[in-house]
Amino acid sequence: MSRLKLIGLSKHFGAIQALQDVSLEVAPGEVLGLMGDNGAGKSTLVKIVAGNFHPSEGEIRIDDKVVEFSKPLDAQQSGIEVVYQDLALCDNLSAASNVFLGREPMRKFGPVSVIDYKTMSGRAAELFAQLKSETRPRDLVRRMSGGQRQAVAIARTLLSEAKIVMMDEPTAAISVRQVAEVLDLIRRLRDRGISVILISHRMPDVFSVCDRISVLRRGHLVASKPTAASSPEEVTGLITGAIETA
Amino acid sequence: MTSIEQVIGHSQHKSVLSRILNIQAFWVFIAAVLACLALTFMTDSFATERNLFNVARNFAFVAIIAIGMTAVIASGGIDLSVGSTVVLAAMVISVLMEGGNSFLLSAMVAILAALLVGFVNGMLIAYVGIPAFVVTLGMLSAARSLAMVLSNNKMIYEFGPDHDLLLWIGGGSTFGLPHPLYVLLILTLVMSLVFRWARWGQYIFAIGGNEQAATLTGIPVKQIKVSIYMFSALTAGIAGILMAGWLGSVTTNLGQAMELTVIAAAVIGGANLAGGEGTAVGALIGALLIEVIRNSLILLGISAFWQGMFIGCFIIIAVTFDRIRRMRASD
Repeated sequence: MSRLKLIGLSKHFGAIQALQDVSLEVAPGEVLGLMGDNGAGKSTLVKIVAGNFHPSEGEIRIDDKVVEFSKPLDAQQSGIEVVYQDLALCDNLSAASNVFLGREPMRKFGPVSVIDYKTMSGRAAELFAQLKSETRPRDLVRRMSGGQRQAVAIARTLLSEAKIVMMDEPTAAISVRQVAEVLDLIRRLRDRGISVILISHRMPDVFSVCDRISVLRRGHLVASKPTAASSPEEVTGLITGAIETA
Repeated sequence: MTSIEQVIGHSQHKSVLSRILNIQAFWVFIAAVLACLALTFMTDSFATERNLFNVARNFAFVAIIAIGMTAVIASGGIDLSVGSTVVLAAMVISVLMEGGNSFLLSAMVAILAALLVGFVNGMLIAYVGIPAFVVTLGMLSAARSLAMVLSNNKMIYEFGPDHDLLLWIGGGSTFGLPHPLYVLLILTLVMSLVFRWARWGQYIFAIGGNEQAATLTGIPVKQIKVSIYMFSALTAGIAGILMAGWLGSVTTNLGQAMELTVIAAAVIGGANLAGGEGTAVGALIGALLIEVIRNSLILLGISAFWQGMFIGCFIIIAVTFDRIRRMRASD
């Protein structure tokens, strides 16, 4: 069984061919490292799966069922969540508020309904505990480290019980210690049976956490193989084009 | 598990006092109280019932609009058109009442006119994507011009059959407190609750904190932005009606440059012009401080020309303190 299956996915913008005939498969609880140079088509691929773009050709299957996304909300409802590079968090709000942003639990008092902060904090604390993160629900995101911010963003995806989480460069701008924290978070997601697609430039991160590595070059998928059967040297060669395919 | 909860509980208990000390509005309130105490000893006329009544009434108008402005500023926007919305609402109610219409009908039409101003502002900002500064600057000019057209630039001081009612609502008092103060206190209470407990309130701060994030999480950012500018215009409309009744006459220069005082009150009260911060109580306290300064200059016999200097310094000092606090927090 495959959790996510892309079959012959192509996308062109006018004359520019951003993706060409990409087929890819991710199993439940598998961590896939998606690598490639700038402009190789990683972002385009993510945006298609996230429902931002419609593919020119090809189809997407989730749990072996064909899905069609016309907007990001469709993808979210199918269980796909994206953790964005800039994290898309509100610095001025608490961790719990960020986790629940846009889907706050409400309590009714007669005709008025108010935000149920107690439930929010409690549930957020549970999610952070699941992630083994020391993030406190009521702390402002402004005061948090890069790793804690990632925990908040990832807790959002747990809340919606996502099947597939795509992470765009989650370790790009944080300290070494925090990178280890984030990689742990990815492992926690995997342990819960969630499939993760990790987009990263950082070779050590990809090799330490990913089960499989896929490499895109100029819109083509040039390799997709188990991490154990590859090496950083080979992947570097594939990214730059020194090695044609593998 | 328990250790995390203990840590959470601990941090909450510890921060109650430090949280209060960290609120800008608290320090502004202390400043206003100190100013009042000083004036009580330095002058015979400050702590009189008559003067306190005037202070309470005068600051209410600015404070009412400052609460609307706080919502706009907290969402990362600005509304320069509130002064013109004041005169437009005041002129609509005056012209209608002069023409023999009842207070209720005229007030409702005046509120509708104000809401329409806010709606146009909001639509141009949210859907057309023009910066709030530009849109509301245009509206500042347009709405005042509309008020001039409506009245033919004449002063209106006859308000038809409900003349006395209008004057009572805007200028009267109940239990010794001026009516605009009641409106302000109710608005402050309601909006404090809304900002904290309603989804709409939470989303204002989310939009001001990170508009892109708010959009990505599926919050209807555009609709909410329109509603924020309509709310700001609504507070200006209410203030316009009350001011018409208080003054007993309406001219087209009513509310001129008021937007600057209102923005000053909101900012002194802790609204962050970068978005994401502000409270209703802060807006009230900011407006109070400005009025106390104005009143004290008059009572101390200092030329009124100095007023702008004091208010200007307070704006800059308030924002500077905020900066210093932030730098400390980020260390």
